[in-house]
Amino acid sequence: MKHLLSVTDLDAATATALLDTSDRLRQALLGREVRKLPTLRGRTVITMFYEDSTRTRVSFEIAGKWMSADTVNVSAKGSSVSKGESLRDTSLTLSAMGADCVIVRHPASGAAHRLAGWSDKDHATTGTHTSIVNAGDGTHEHPTQALLDAATLRDRLGSVAGRRIGIVGDVLHSRVARSNVFLLATLGAEVVLIAPPTLLPVGVAEWPCRVSHEIDAELPGLDAIMMLRVQAERMTGGFFPSSREYAVAYGLSDARAAMLPEHGVVLHPGPMVRGMEIAPSVADSARAAILAQVRNGVHVRMAVLYHLLAGAPE
Amino acid sequence: MANDRRGDAGGEGTGLPDHELLSASDVTRTIARIAHQIIEKTADAEHVVLIGIPTRGTVLARRLAAAVAEFGGTEPSVGTVDPTLYRDDLRRRPTRPLEDTQFPEGGVDDALVVLVDDVLMSGRTVRAALDALSEHGRPRSVQLAVLVDRGHRELPIRADYVGKNVPTSRSELILVSLTEIDGEDRVAIRRGVGE
Repeated sequence: MKHLLSVTDLDAATATALLDTSDRLRQALLGREVRKLPTLRGRTVITMFYEDSTRTRVSFEIAGKWMSADTVNVSAKGSSVSKGESLRDTSLTLSAMGADCVIVRHPASGAAHRLAGWSDKDHATTGTHTSIVNAGDGTHEHPTQALLDAATLRDRLGSVAGRRIGIVGDVLHSRVARSNVFLLATLGAEVVLIAPPTLLPVGVAEWPCRVSHEIDAELPGLDAIMMLRVQAERMTGGFFPSSREYAVAYGLSDARAAMLPEHGVVLHPGPMVRGMEIAPSVADSARAAILAQVRNGVHVRMAVLYHLLAGAPE
Repeated sequence: MANDRRGDAGGEGTGLPDHELLSASDVTRTIARIAHQIIEKTADAEHVVLIGIPTRGTVLARRLAAAVAEFGGTEPSVGTVDPTLYRDDLRRRPTRPLEDTQFPEGGVDDALVVLVDDVLMSGRTVRAALDALSEHGRPRSVQLAVLVDRGHRELPIRADYVGKNVPTSRSELILVSLTEIDGEDRVAIRRGVGE
């Protein structure tokens, strides 16, 4: 594996190998006072974030640090990006400084793919070898989020294959939903998207999932439900009448959570808007695996760095 | 990790049949002998922990612990440590999958730890396992038990308990089979493959 750009590049065996590595890394660090592995000593990992983020950026940084990589964070604000430097020039600059891995988040869908293309071309001419990790590109993909969700489901449910997972809410603007649909389907799960028609993307019929507009009808059959944040910052039109109406029609209230089967797991990629897509009491309940997702996020990202950087370059 | 079967294309080679070094009953006898030696050499230790190196070292550690208990010793606790994350040759090979790491309850602080592996060769796996072990606690002392010592050391490491010393050339492979993993107990040598 040279880059991690899209979950559609992962077959079931590769995805499972990443999840297994994540489990082993968690095991290797379990109960230790010093959470430090020497594995990526001397490797440089740069996070390049053109969009705000707490958990993704921090967990990549922690993942790198726990494996002894040198991690550097670049954000668009406060870097030469604000002086007008292009994405390409910024990334080539970071490569030239010896970055072994650039983790990028960008508001434009496909940004990580462009970086990977430039990195490969650069490799051919100068011999530098920079792996690109997509940490969220526009409304396209967020592969490590899907991997950590799959890891959490595997922990809670024992397996992903054969399970029915509901993904509820703003699918249209959600790279998390897209990555999850494809990864969970690859791993053998049955995915149901539950959203108002206005919040479903064009072409959703081609996705390996079923679509429903009725959350209450789906709840009893779900092994897990993933609530998406309503992305107000990406909403330019009227997608639903009011946030109150959205909460009533699609929010996960206590009453709705009670309709899930006994073992039903509640996931949320964060950041949560409590009271909008999820009731505070549900978010804090034993069903919710939201903090487990965050913990798994570090181990999954360590696994990604391990698979990209530890072995001999391909 | 030291088992030479890793990276072996499987069944190819010179066409010569594998030469058996230890039969099933030899393997059982050898494990029993090492268990007796462990009882003798750890008699004054309060807390003995056997830590296997995956995958066959872990199986051997479990068997040794059971044998120690059978021959009248206190049954040592058993754990397993994956040295992969501490190896010095990660960059030379494609990404290696990680193996199990599990420490017994109570950890290894102030314990007498016996590391267990199937084959000892360069000593690099043991070096990595020692590093991994030291991250999990501070044992009083660490000993090493191996089923086969085939020589070719590249580091100043030696085993405290050796099932069988086998002089080998680098082009030979040592094949360790254990029932739990391979369906039979056997140690064999395959000539003329490898490097």
